[in-house]
Amino acid sequence: MTDIPRIRTVGLSGLLVTFADHMTEPANRAALAFRAAVEVADWPEVSETSTSLVSTFLQVDLSATPAEEMTERLQDLIASRNWLEAPLPEGRKLWHIPTVYGTDLAPQLEEAATAAGIDPDTAIKELSSARVRVLTIGFAPGQPYLGELPEHWNIPRQQALSKSIPAGALVVAVRQLVIFTNDTPTGWRHVGQTAFRTFRQTSDTPFALSPGDELTFPAITPAALEKIRADDTSGNGGAELEMLS
Amino acid sequence: MSATLTIKAAGPAMTVQDMGRPGFRAQGLTVGGAADQVALHEGAALLQQDAGLAAIEMAGSGGSFVSSADIRIALTGAAMTVNIDGAPLTWNASHLLKAGAVLTIGGATGGTYGYLHVGGGVDVLLVMGSRATQQSAGIGAALKSGDTLPLGKDTQSTTAMTLPNDTRFSGGTVRVVASMQTEDFATETRDRFAATTFKRDARANRQGVRMDHDGAGFSTDSQLSIVSEVIVPGDIQVTGDGAPYVLMCESQTTGGYPRIGTVLPCDLPRVAQAAPGAAFKFEFVDLEQAAALQARHVAALKSLRSAVVPLVRDPATLRDLLSYQLVGGVVSADADPFEEDI
Repeated sequence: MTDIPRIRTVGLSGLLVTFADHMTEPANRAALAFRAAVEVADWPEVSETSTSLVSTFLQVDLSATPAEEMTERLQDLIASRNWLEAPLPEGRKLWHIPTVYGTDLAPQLEEAATAAGIDPDTAIKELSSARVRVLTIGFAPGQPYLGELPEHWNIPRQQALSKSIPAGALVVAVRQLVIFTNDTPTGWRHVGQTAFRTFRQTSDTPFALSPGDELTFPAITPAALEKIRADDTSGNGGAELEMLS
Repeated sequence: MSATLTIKAAGPAMTVQDMGRPGFRAQGLTVGGAADQVALHEGAALLQQDAGLAAIEMAGSGGSFVSSADIRIALTGAAMTVNIDGAPLTWNASHLLKAGAVLTIGGATGGTYGYLHVGGGVDVLLVMGSRATQQSAGIGAALKSGDTLPLGKDTQSTTAMTLPNDTRFSGGTVRVVASMQTEDFATETRDRFAATTFKRDARANRQGVRMDHDGAGFSTDSQLSIVSEVIVPGDIQVTGDGAPYVLMCESQTTGGYPRIGTVLPCDLPRVAQAAPGAAFKFEFVDLEQAAALQARHVAALKSLRSAVVPLVRDPATLRDLLSYQLVGGVVSADADPFEEDI
């Protein structure tokens, strides 16, 4: 398809602005930057905004506001800059989340390393030093899709689902990492375990992460994770936090 | 102290619901709330209170309830067998439930989701601005026998009011507007989709309703390579086997299966309420028609209060049944008094 960025209506619920036909880093950045620009524009017709991997969604009641009216405004905003080269929005956070790799807490590290064509020690070194970004949040409340890892981590999901991987698990597939919100059956491989809770429903800030935040997963021992579980009741799982930009 | 409502025996799928928890799509939390939001508006009209107050949603069947004080109740959505201490009640109406009396709600006689509303609303704690149970997100839980629910303060006293019965409980034609991936489906596939009669599958819940049909599925060429995109309630997603699923209020916020169209919000309660096996057809309308249909629906919800009338057909309030029949002039001796209209 050639008409990129592309504007489409989504039922009567709003409009979607799409920056690519498949996941790319610049398109994800564009979606994040464009959402921030729509938030700044503060159009009264827009009741909510969100991003998926390569698109920005504006919730607009299209039974009350004609779609053409919004489309014109969106075309102007799209034309105002090259969104694929836009900087990431301000106010993002950088999290360092302590993680146990392998052991019986994360039993698929070796299998994932083999699939990526590297040995387990190299896998731990790569995953614990990778700095990844929240590409999107979905599937479960607060659950981040993080990327992108180097090309050799483009490993497929398992065909047979693992029965249940625990909340706080760090899992890998298709150049992305996910931290699980809840215990979940999955085809992603369980390579690390954290004590980080992505969704804290009774907290004033129920969602720890926002799209665009960045994360690293430094390696710790099982004993250290046990101590974090005992000491840190905040849900942060011993994570350190920095503000970006 | 405010009144409480105790559940003596809980049906299998009863939850507290309101208009849901909007505003968190970006963080992966779907809106949730009542599967049939029209029923919330009807309950509010019957009890002359805010439609945002929480009620008890009962999927398939209800349970038995006892109140700590005299309270007003209203029953809306899918009709269910119902009595207080053995005396049958009219569905789609408001009633007085005396302290200690046992309200028993049985199985649905048409449709799927029944609603029990109380004067002042069910006053469980707000979580992120809503009282709605969202089991898929781990917010709240299904109600169980022995639970006691706090009720809000009721500022009104009118009961024995009723609304005309609606037709949204048995399937039928559902209006659909094109969505972001509709054009990824071949014209022939879309035409066939619109010409097909579907049956609501037994596999249906607050997240989605599967639609069955005879014949080939409705796949796109790009079925497997599509990038994950936003989901809105009403989206009709076509999964790997070519069967359409209408995604409901508690679906995930994004999904990687293509959407062939989106059911108009005003027709979504019709999808939610149909019982297994109910027949459906999907009719594409353009965006302008869709907007007009939805606007008319919103206006009708706003005027629901003016459609509320006294429940004079309740035999308990008819002191002289014979004279009433003479005035009406059209009532046969074997007519069901609960079916009559004045």
